[in-house]
Amino acid sequence: MSVTAQVPVEKLTVKKSIANSSVLRVLRFSLKRLLTLFVTVVIGIYLTILIANMGGFVDEIIKGQIRDTVTQRVANNPNALQMEPELRKKLIEDQIALEEKRRGLNTPIAVRNFRYLSNALQLDLGRAINLTSDSGSKQVRLILLERLPATLLLMGTSQLFLFFSSIFIALSLSRKYGSFWDKLVIALSPTSAVPPWFYGIFLILIFSAALKILPFGGMVDSPPPPNTFDYSMSVLKHLTLPCLALILSSFFLSVYNYRTFFLIYSSEDYVDMAKAKGLPARDIERTYILRPTLPTIITNFSLLIITLWTGALFTETVFLWPGLGRTLFQAIGQYDTPIIVGSSIIFAYMLAMTVFLLDFVYALVDPRVKIGG
Amino acid sequence: MNNLRSSLSKLFQYPSAVAGIFVVLALIVVAAYAMITIPYSEAIRLWRGGEEVWYQNPRFAAPAWINYFSNQKYSESFAVNTTDGQVTKTVTPGSEGVSTIDMSYEFDYSYDVYPQELILYLKAAYNEKQPFVSVELLTPDNRTIRIGNFSVGNEFTYRFSQDEKLRTKLRTEEVIPALFSLPDSNQPLKGKYTLIIQGTTFEPDSDLSVEFVSHGQVFGWAGTDHARRDLVLPLLWGVPVALAFGLIASMGTSILTMIIAAVGAWYTGWVDELIQRITEVNLVLPFYALLIMIGTFYSRSIWVILGATIILSIFTGSIKAYRAIFIQVKESMYIEAAKAYGASSPRIIFLYLIPRMIPLLIPSLVQSVPAFVFLEASLAVIGLGDPVLPTWGKIIQDANSNGALYKGYYYWVLEPAMLLMITGLAFAFLGFALDRVFNPKLRDV
Repeated sequence: MSVTAQVPVEKLTVKKSIANSSVLRVLRFSLKRLLTLFVTVVIGIYLTILIANMGGFVDEIIKGQIRDTVTQRVANNPNALQMEPELRKKLIEDQIALEEKRRGLNTPIAVRNFRYLSNALQLDLGRAINLTSDSGSKQVRLILLERLPATLLLMGTSQLFLFFSSIFIALSLSRKYGSFWDKLVIALSPTSAVPPWFYGIFLILIFSAALKILPFGGMVDSPPPPNTFDYSMSVLKHLTLPCLALILSSFFLSVYNYRTFFLIYSSEDYVDMAKAKGLPARDIERTYILRPTLPTIITNFSLLIITLWTGALFTETVFLWPGLGRTLFQAIGQYDTPIIVGSSIIFAYMLAMTVFLLDFVYALVDPRVKIGG
Repeated sequence: MNNLRSSLSKLFQYPSAVAGIFVVLALIVVAAYAMITIPYSEAIRLWRGGEEVWYQNPRFAAPAWINYFSNQKYSESFAVNTTDGQVTKTVTPGSEGVSTIDMSYEFDYSYDVYPQELILYLKAAYNEKQPFVSVELLTPDNRTIRIGNFSVGNEFTYRFSQDEKLRTKLRTEEVIPALFSLPDSNQPLKGKYTLIIQGTTFEPDSDLSVEFVSHGQVFGWAGTDHARRDLVLPLLWGVPVALAFGLIASMGTSILTMIIAAVGAWYTGWVDELIQRITEVNLVLPFYALLIMIGTFYSRSIWVILGATIILSIFTGSIKAYRAIFIQVKESMYIEAAKAYGASSPRIIFLYLIPRMIPLLIPSLVQSVPAFVFLEASLAVIGLGDPVLPTWGKIIQDANSNGALYKGYYYWVLEPAMLLMITGLAFAFLGFALDRVFNPKLRDV
């Protein structure tokens, strides 16, 4: 994307025109890419909204709930009991209409879908229908922000550990491939077909039910310990099992994939050449094997960062971990469209941004890649 | 053909592949067995059945085979009745239409843990005068415990542990342990017990029939759940459901992905562009959240979820991978030749392009089966399983919502979990070996 800095003076004019065309090319590419990605996000979010509304059926459910609660409230009101039946009926209908207007149910669903869409795209996430944050707020933004630390803690610990440990182990395995440990990892790699929550059940059975040394679920003891040290120890205890489940379920496959990947690159001719020159193994690894694999590693890392923010829906549900994944599940169960749309839009934006940035990162780390070329 | 044979012989060099094939075949046999012995409608009737179907079974009973591994012997469950002759019945006619009916059942009690409950289900046929019944239990040390006397209506159920009078008579809070141990001791008394039921009918064509049920601590091959259901049923029926879901989803996804990728790569232009854009939109959609929404809002039927899963899984990264290979294959000589003799586009796509990719398709197809098997279980575990069908995921969900791990009913979770694990791993190991056989690039490393 950028042009080399040291250019002889006589070639300045040439450089300028190259620079111009490069900048233009990059700009044109960026604009086109941003536009397509934006359209993709818009369509994706619109589809999500359509499904989350069930084409209006969710409205009927919510209207039913409103009718129920309003009728109950009026029936429990001693003043309303003395009213004329006609008048009471009118009161109920008025209150229902008011409540429906408050929730915006009186506007047609098609209009509301577009309003949802444009609000979501501007990251104005609005208010939740049923769920509230622990501090009592109905703001979707606050609800999601409140659950975010839990998810970041769980996913961050497990995924970062998984990423770095598997690259490190894969490198050392690829150095001695064919060894016992290498064969063990190959043999165990199909175990990653089992999802983390499933390992979670076994871990709960062993460590919580049978050995009784770790808690069954949740994030802290109840009531939470007052001082910070005890509190963090309690969180750590609760974190162990879900974290272990997440790591176990992808560890072997991840190591196997990286190992095979490194092996393919270390069988290149230039690596043999470097070995023949007598370069130390560390240098060969760093400059001849890791360097060309960098784009893939970066891609994996950036996708990992996205998964950090989405949480692990099933694992969080099984371990009762109060993170974003479980919130999404609860929101779906309570027909809470704003929360579903809110968490989808954040995911969509992050994915689009990552995809967009990755093109530039590739060009930065790999001289063979040219943007928009 | 030779090619296939050499691939197969290479495949058999992997012990994990052989084990995988063996397990998959065994599962298919079990699935066929389940579907033949317990027809679909019968399976659903039993699974949805309540007390009237399962009254003979105890609740939360572990499988009977745990007695082989345990020092303490748990009492087994049984149910016997007069109709099938296990409870002997002799009728002695007397004068004036009065007759005595002697019924008895001798059973061996050699357990350390007492049964949960003993129940007598009595049925009487009479016109006006209800038959009269007295019940006694003969213990191994030749004591006779009088259980009670009662007149029997059309149907009469007598639960031993609920009888206040018996409790007072035995001077105990817990009737069942008192019946099966020596007076004033906590040790179970092992040996032969005989339940004696003496009935008297007062009309010429009046009759009595008895069913004697013991709700033990263990039951059958797989134990029972909170609704007294025998877990053998969902475990057996889970096999065809899991196989069907996994295989249909993986075949549907892989084959459709391949066809769409081939069509896109062949026609290029707007068709290809459209496929690419749909794939990108699909990558933005939250997969699990959409499935859960469909499960919550629309239908929890396994077929709807299956369809949605396939549709959402077609346009993923693999369509791009296939497309890249198809674009290379498109330039091959044999495609040129086909074009030269005037083959139509569909002919080229289905007879020339796609067959070329079958070696790639098979491993990925087999490898994607476990993901779908576990997907169905995952949805069931969070409560979105098919409401009608008995599946493994449903068992785990029932167990979880009844606190099985917390209360120590480990069998309830372990049985379906082991089956899921075996199924998933069998396909995963087989697919892994297939991948290494069909993709020689991987075989060396």
